[in-house]
Amino acid sequence: MLRHFIYSREGVLSLIVLVMFFGVGAINPDFISLSNSISIFNDTSILIMLALGQMMVILTRCIDLSVAANVAFTGMVVAMVNRYFPDINMAFLILLSLLIGAFLGAINGLFVWLLKVPSIVITLGTMSIYRGSTFLLSDGAWVNSHQMSASFIALPRFEILSMPVLGWMAIAAIIIVFWAMKFSVWGRNFYSAGGNPMAAFYSGVNVGKVQFYAFLVSGTLAGLCGYLWVSRFAVAYVDVANGFELQVVAACVIGGISIVGGVGTVVGCVIGALFIGVVNNALPIIGVSPFWQMAISGLVIIIAVIANASSDKNKARIILRKSDESADSAQVN
Amino acid sequence: MDTIIKKTATPDVLLTSKLQKLFRWETFLILIVMFVFVMNSYLSPYFLDPWNLSDATFNFTEKALIALPMAMLIIAKEIDISVAAIISLSSTFMGLVAQMGAPIYMVVLVGVFVGAVCGLVNGLLVTRFKIPSIVVTIGTMSLFRGISYILLGDQVVRDYPDGFEFFGQGYVYWVFSFELVLFAFFALVFYWLLHRTTFGRYTYAIGNNPDASYFSGIKVDKHRLILFTLVGAMSGVAAVLLTSRLGSTRPSIAMGWELSIITMVVLGGVSILGGSGTIAGVVLAVILMGLVTFGMGLLNIPGIVMTIIVGVMLITVVSLPVLITMYKCKKAKVL
Repeated sequence: MLRHFIYSREGVLSLIVLVMFFGVGAINPDFISLSNSISIFNDTSILIMLALGQMMVILTRCIDLSVAANVAFTGMVVAMVNRYFPDINMAFLILLSLLIGAFLGAINGLFVWLLKVPSIVITLGTMSIYRGSTFLLSDGAWVNSHQMSASFIALPRFEILSMPVLGWMAIAAIIIVFWAMKFSVWGRNFYSAGGNPMAAFYSGVNVGKVQFYAFLVSGTLAGLCGYLWVSRFAVAYVDVANGFELQVVAACVIGGISIVGGVGTVVGCVIGALFIGVVNNALPIIGVSPFWQMAISGLVIIIAVIANASSDKNKARIILRKSDESADSAQVN
Repeated sequence: MDTIIKKTATPDVLLTSKLQKLFRWETFLILIVMFVFVMNSYLSPYFLDPWNLSDATFNFTEKALIALPMAMLIIAKEIDISVAAIISLSSTFMGLVAQMGAPIYMVVLVGVFVGAVCGLVNGLLVTRFKIPSIVVTIGTMSLFRGISYILLGDQVVRDYPDGFEFFGQGYVYWVFSFELVLFAFFALVFYWLLHRTTFGRYTYAIGNNPDASYFSGIKVDKHRLILFTLVGAMSGVAAVLLTSRLGSTRPSIAMGWELSIITMVVLGGVSILGGSGTIAGVVLAVILMGLVTFGMGLLNIPGIVMTIIVGVMLITVVSLPVLITMYKCKKAKVL
């Protein structure tokens, strides 16, 4: 089992992350201290949660570009409710954020399920609509920290065993999704629906419905992250998390989740997100200008997908017969 | 069963239905454009002024220039999300050579050349390593813009040679700006390329069935490589225009354009699954988006409301044909 892990994509990736982590630690020992490790994880929590949802969507051969807009919209609603009803129960607010997120995700999912339209177009559309609605809702105004109640801001910062609640939420999300994807029929269906929709259909899996569930989960997690984001940065405005959707997709891609569906694990996804988190936190420490950050993550994505593509080479062979081996090299996936 | 057929069949199945032939998407677009035009001139007295209309074209010509080759790329079942980053990198290099005192033609050449090289990089990654283009270009998007950030940091380059501003601000004749004329020219070029040459027919063939095209002797990978380079080169052209119009370069230039360019293409009736679409549709979609933005601007409606409308249009575009076919199928079953 352990040996299998070491040679797997996730194993190699975690090794790279660890080498990077301790490499930076060799330059600056503070970087690998427990408190800094926790703070890196805490910083990456929102990315991890969104990447988990995105992973489920990508597994079913779809993509959800509306997550960041969902974060902005839900965050704004929650912040505004809190502003006008400062004494509101936090449990209610979190429930509200989950429900709004789930609703927005369900809209994407229903289009994909019932109309069978390409998810990239639908979520491109809902991305603009959700972001635009955030503007309509707030009239372009910001909700600042002094307009938020103390408990609204304090909740994700509350520390249990020296880790903030935000980090614990990410851990809870990882465990739940890991369990579901590994041990429940519901979760395994994501793999079958994405790996071979035709076979899944003949085995009695409703592919469209599975895709709907994927968008529902992605939306729900995005809703929760909407509250967490707004609370963590103590400000809500229209451009919250602008462009973050591509970073979420990038985390999945680095983590070895195949964009053509059916391949990918929760562990890979989390490590992919952590990779981005460690790079972002390490650059200032080793004295590299933050302007390098974008190019580095771009380069990493490209290297990661090239590595993944070469390990996937056997997959393409199945499509063609052995006699077509010569044509194989030029064959497109 | 429906799911399976829709996922594996080519989109042409949808588009060759009789209803589709009668009510072509382009016809529908023309009607909307006319409607928006009439509504705008009715709602605002400033709309029908030739100079105002001319000013409005500056908002979309640069994006539209990229939408043309992007349409061909999407028809060939690929996509390029890195176009806005290519603009940024190309503009950065133009700024750097301009700072070194290069003449205008050098600056322009460098802009287009850097764009083409970026496109070539995308194309090589897609064709050599067989990686889905959406993944490659998400990566190169960060890479290209990242290189701009490394080169420029938070600097702004403003030292462009005199006369360089013509490309983005000059007029060829009366109200016809250089940008608009250039767009019209390239629209014709791409119309010819897609609808009147074998290259164009191959593009459709590849988009409908890459494997069948390959076995029919089309050099699929070479074709893709050319298309990616073309998209890159046109992004370079757009970078020249945008840089010249703004008169400055910063790494965050053209942020988020990739999604609005793809929206233009899809709104123009190009199927995101590849294999179908026309240049005429894209041009109409470009004009429609330009008119709506301009009209709403005159009515003091904030630009972000426009994004909601574009989003709704986008979803309607893809959902409507499906809904119509579903309705027809239901009817057929009843009979």
